[in-house]
Amino acid sequence: MDLSLSTETMGDRTIVRVGGEIDVYTAPKLREQLVELVNDGSFHLVVDMEGVDFLDSTGLGVLVGGLKRVRAHEGSLRLVCNQERILKIFRITGLTKVFPIHTSVEEAVAATD
Amino acid sequence: MATVELRFSALPEHVRTARLVAAAVARRAGVDEAVLDEVRLAVGEACSRAVGLHRNVGISAPVKVLLIEEEKQFSIEVGDEAPHAVPGERAPGEVPGDAAETEEDEMGLAVISGLVDDVEVSAGEHGGSIRMRWPTAPPAALLA
Repeated sequence: MDLSLSTETMGDRTIVRVGGEIDVYTAPKLREQLVELVNDGSFHLVVDMEGVDFLDSTGLGVLVGGLKRVRAHEGSLRLVCNQERILKIFRITGLTKVFPIHTSVEEAVAATD
Repeated sequence: MATVELRFSALPEHVRTARLVAAAVARRAGVDEAVLDEVRLAVGEACSRAVGLHRNVGISAPVKVLLIEEEKQFSIEVGDEAPHAVPGERAPGEVPGDAAETEEDEMGLAVISGLVDDVEVSAGEHGGSIRMRWPTAPPAALLA
């Protein structure tokens, strides 16, 4: 399955809904999307990963790159994920300490800290 | 001899094929269903790394994946033909060529070592390999 991407604005937050597989082949598309959003002035991003079937280290690298970009503008990048197999990858790489991970888009949008 | 041997051009789009084939062969070999996600991710990481290594130095040779069904265990070996710096040979204070590429490479290896208990990484000037092993269920357990 390929990667699907869509965006939606909620107040000052931009929701990026990701579906399919994020791997070495598809991750550049996600990177382009995140770079484009930051270049267009969206600095508070919520990446909804509920539709993601597969995530590898290339995908993690793109998310870390996105976080670096928004932080340069004092922004934020929050993740929405409830899938154990995806969460496991964040855990084994220690990235649960780097990304705020929420159980719903609503919760991520409401978060301020 | 490998149960299944796969060779693919070092292109990112083929890594998914390698993941699917590896998971299918692992399932047939009796690797626990709960572990198949890990097999899929680990083999994807190893193949992505090999593809990156080949592309970085412009190697046209394919990436090789051996899927080996043995008694009580299933092994996957992902081989590349990229020349690797032998550990310890780098002069003190010398910085590797591309820091970003090295970081990605290390992240992939970090995921593999976090996922797979039995893993061996070897590298030399003519190429390297990552060998990963998982236990398989005995046939009786499969029939139960």
